[in-house]
Order: sequence, then structure tokens, then C-alpha cells
Amino acid sequence: MGSTYAIEADDLRRTYRARTGWLKPKRTEVEAVRGVTFTVGRGELFGLLGPNGAGKTTTIKLLNTLLIPTSGSARVCGHDVERETREVRRRIGYVFGGDRGLYDRLSALDNLRYFAELYGVAPRDQKRRIAELLDLVGLAGRERERVEGYSRGMRQRLHIARGLLHSPDVLFLDEPSIGVDPVAARELRRTVADLASTGTTVLLTTHYMAEADELCDRIAVIADGSIQALGTPAELRRRAEGRRVVEVEAYGVPESAVDALRDLPGVRETAVEARGALQLLTVHSDAHVDVQSDVLRELAGIRLGRVDSREPTLEDAYVAIVSAAA
Amino acid sequence: MNTLRMLAIGTLLHAKQISRSPFEIAIALVVPVVQATLAVYLFRSSGEQHRLLEAAVGAGVMGVWSSVLFGSGGAIQSQRWQGTLEMIMLAPRRPVLVILPITIATGLTGTYALLATLAWGRLLYGIRLDFAHPVAFVVAAVVCVVALGLFGLLLAATFVLMRNANALANTLEYPVWLVSGMLVPITVLPSWTAPIAAVLPTTWGARALREATSGGPVWPSVGICLGISLLCLALGALSLTHVERRARAAATLALA
Repeated sequence: MGSTYAIEADDLRRTYRARTGWLKPKRTEVEAVRGVTFTVGRGELFGLLGPNGAGKTTTIKLLNTLLIPTSGSARVCGHDVERETREVRRRIGYVFGGDRGLYDRLSALDNLRYFAELYGVAPRDQKRRIAELLDLVGLAGRERERVEGYSRGMRQRLHIARGLLHSPDVLFLDEPSIGVDPVAARELRRTVADLASTGTTVLLTTHYMAEADELCDRIAVIADGSIQALGTPAELRRRAEGRRVVEVEAYGVPESAVDALRDLPGVRETAVEARGALQLLTVHSDAHVDVQSDVLRELAGIRLGRVDSREPTLEDAYVAIVSAAA
Repeated sequence: MNTLRMLAIGTLLHAKQISRSPFEIAIALVVPVVQATLAVYLFRSSGEQHRLLEAAVGAGVMGVWSSVLFGSGGAIQSQRWQGTLEMIMLAPRRPVLVILPITIATGLTGTYALLATLAWGRLLYGIRLDFAHPVAFVVAAVVCVVALGLFGLLLAATFVLMRNANALANTLEYPVWLVSGMLVPITVLPSWTAPIAAVLPTTWGARALREATSGGPVWPSVGICLGISLLCLALGALSLTHVERRARAAATLALA
């Protein structure tokens, strides 16, 4: 195996360049990843956490050879992702979330047979390996049905089976639980945890804090193309130490009221999350300042639901890190 | 051996995926009837009744060409839409081995257009399927389909790089029909088209089929068709390696 690390990223950068129009071409440049450096040990389950557009998928695609870095370098199992592409591809699996990435008009079995051939699984091992994986992801008995009739959860499980066909050393999971119902997401987490326990290195990107907290040995929080924090879930949680969080359920909060909350003494950050007609206001403050009464005073006249004051969670630490980067 | 097996299984599964598309099925039902009709009326009006079978074969090759052209362009694009282009390019294989099954599959499904055009010609217009060299016709048809599939590979190399590959495919359909002499003889076309026709495998494939139908030296045309298609394979393999790297640099393997 050679290298101590399964994944090594060193000052990775990626700029997307686009040109629109013919007569007066307009060139645009977006710096999606700006100097990302980290290492992932063999058998480690490493999380990459960040908001939409933070650079998570670009980072994964730089590591799994789908994109070439603009600068910097990366190695997977000791092989350079730019120059030793085929060596890297032999050792990795890639699973992404969503409906796409499968041949819908073929059965699950045909999809797996095709990718087993493409990924170089020995013909004598294919039948056994496919049967094992169908069992693992709970699709045994449904494998002869066309994928177009599958639910999102079933497709996602088929994705995972496909990614594991050639028993990769490193598995890249790009938001695998997106759009999957809670029960399927729980099964998926169990599958990922089982894989990591058998020695597969997993790099997981997710939006879901609970998922990262439950699964990952270490987490890197990425925002605006660079890593803002890196550590174990417990270490990251400590980033929110010295804070207190007030949560208020409200209906029809104007922007001006949110601005007023932000200006209250002791308040560090505020966030508003829309949940249908309801808005969930989250106010981070210094732990020694009780801002709850001030918050309620600012929201006077607005219909309120539950009000709660609590210790910060990993999610709060994440919000604090991402907000600081903004 | 494993590579050959992968190519064969890949081709069959891609042919299965393509032939189950409702759009492809609708096209396959309508187009051969239209093409058989077109060929029959074109040749009847010119008083060349005896060349009806030749015309139907030419129209059938047009169908194979359309299938390969839109198949190769459309297949790369639809792989992109399905999100499978990245997944297949991630395989630890040379890019040519990944794309070749797709383009051969488009040629294979195009064979249906050739057979259906002949069948409709027989059923609707009573064209007698009287081939001068029946065995040579079968061989020429197989070579023609494989040759077009390999030509499709060369086209696909360009299509991997272009997000709007269909735009290029649309502009290539009719010129190649014409220049290759699938329907009208090359001799009636302007002389400047001759060098273009000479390097297109479609010209030699159509010619071999025509000669097997109406009589003539089939094998030299089959040989040249094979030679050009092997050149297409070599060029396609080289350019795909180059193009795959460029696509990774330009981020065109995915939709976004």
C-alpha cells in the first residue's frame, strides 16, 4: 500500500472558467476550491461539511480524478490523481446522491453486471460479488426490475452497491442521503459505518449534521472554497463553547426584526430557517449574557411558538464556523 | 479476453438501453416507412424501376447512419443527462474501451433501420429482394455497421468535449447522406465532393452494399471500408485519451 494516508490533498485549487456569447465573448471565472489541504488516514471515516456551493463536490471530484486541479496536488493511496489516474481509479469507488447516474431502462442486475465488467471485476467473481452486494443494500429479489421503477431510496442503495463492486480501498460518498427518507437514511448510515469498520476509507460529504456527528472520525468544515475548521466532532463542538443558543419559533418575522436581534448586546450570530409557514430563529450569544428576554422584547407583537434556551450542538458549532467565514 | 468480454457485454447492454427508449421506438417505426417510400418514388419517377432494391438498400444505410450519428452524439449527451458519463469515465480503462460499446451499439440498433426499410419496401411496394450476392450482402452489412460504429467513435471524441453535442450532430446528417452516395450516385455530385466522399467509411459501406445488391466487385469496397474504419478506431482512441484529459480540465463530463 505504501503511503500512510489514504488521501492527501495539498493546497488544492480549482477555478472554473466559462465563456458565453460568440460575437462579444464574456469570460467568467469562479474559484470553487481555494487551497484545500488535509489528509485522511487509512480506514478513517472523514466528513466534509459545508453549505451549498462551498466546494465539497469539487473537492471530491478533484480527488476522484474527474477534475484536474488548477494548482496543488493530491494523492490517493499514494498515487497522484492527475498523473496516475488509472491507478487511482482502480482503488476508489464513487457514490453521489440523487436520482441520476444509473441506466434507468436496464434492471439493477444489468447495471451491476455492466459496471462490474467496466471496473474489472473478474468474471468468475462477478455473480457472487453482485449477490453479496444486493443482499448488503437490501435489493435482493428486486434486482430484475427496471431501475426506472425504483424509489429514490432504492436507487441510492443501488448506487452504493455499484460503488462497492470492485471492493475499493477508498469510497467517496457525495451527499448520499440527499432526498432519502429517514428510515432509508438510517440504513444507509449503518451500511457506511459497517464499511468503515471493515477497513474501507470513506470520505463523506453531507449537509446533515447528525449524520456527520454519528459517523465521522474527523470532520472538515468547508466554506467559500477553503477549510474553516478541522477536527473530531467533539473538538468542533468545542468551537461553540462559551455560547448559549436561544431558539424561537415565530410566524411572519420581518427582516428589520432579525437585524435588530443581531444588534443586541451579547449576540454573536442570528439565523432564520423557514419551515413552511413557521420560521425558526436561532440566536447565538455569549454564554454569560442572558439574551432571551431581550429577544422576546424585540419580537413583541409577532406570533410566537416554542421558545427554548439550550447548550450549543455540533450544528451550532457548524453555523458559527460558517458564519465566521462569510 | 476480458476486454473482449467487456466490449461485448457493454455493447449488448447499451443496445438494450437504447432500444427501450420510447423515442427510439417511435423513430424506428416511422422512419423506415418514410425512407422506403422516398426511395421508391424517387427512382420510379426517374423511370429506373430495376434499381428499386438498390434504392431501398441506400435508404436503409441512411437509417444506420442517422442512428450512429444521433446515437453517438445523443448517447454522450444522454449519458451526461443521466449522470452516467462520469461514472463510466471513472472506470480504470482506456477511454476508447468505455465509449466503443456505446457507438457499436448505435450501429447495431441502426441495423434494424436497414432491415425494416427493406421489409417495408417489400410489403408496401412489392420490391423483390433479389440480391446479386446474398452472402456478400450480409458480410457487407456487418462491416458497414461496425465501420459506422467506429466512425461514430471518432465523432464521439468531439462530443465528449461539447456540452451541446447535438448541435453538431444535426448539421452532419444530410451532408454525409448526400456525399456518401447513399441515395443519389456520387457521379452526379460536384467534383469537389469526391475527396470528401473517398475518406468517409459511409461511402464505401454504401457502395459495398449496392454492389452486393446489384452486382459488382463487393470485396474491394468492403476492404477499403474496413481499412478506413480501423483508421477511425486508431484516431478515435488517440483523440479520446486527449479529449478525456481536456474534459477533466474543462469540467465538461458533468452537466454542471
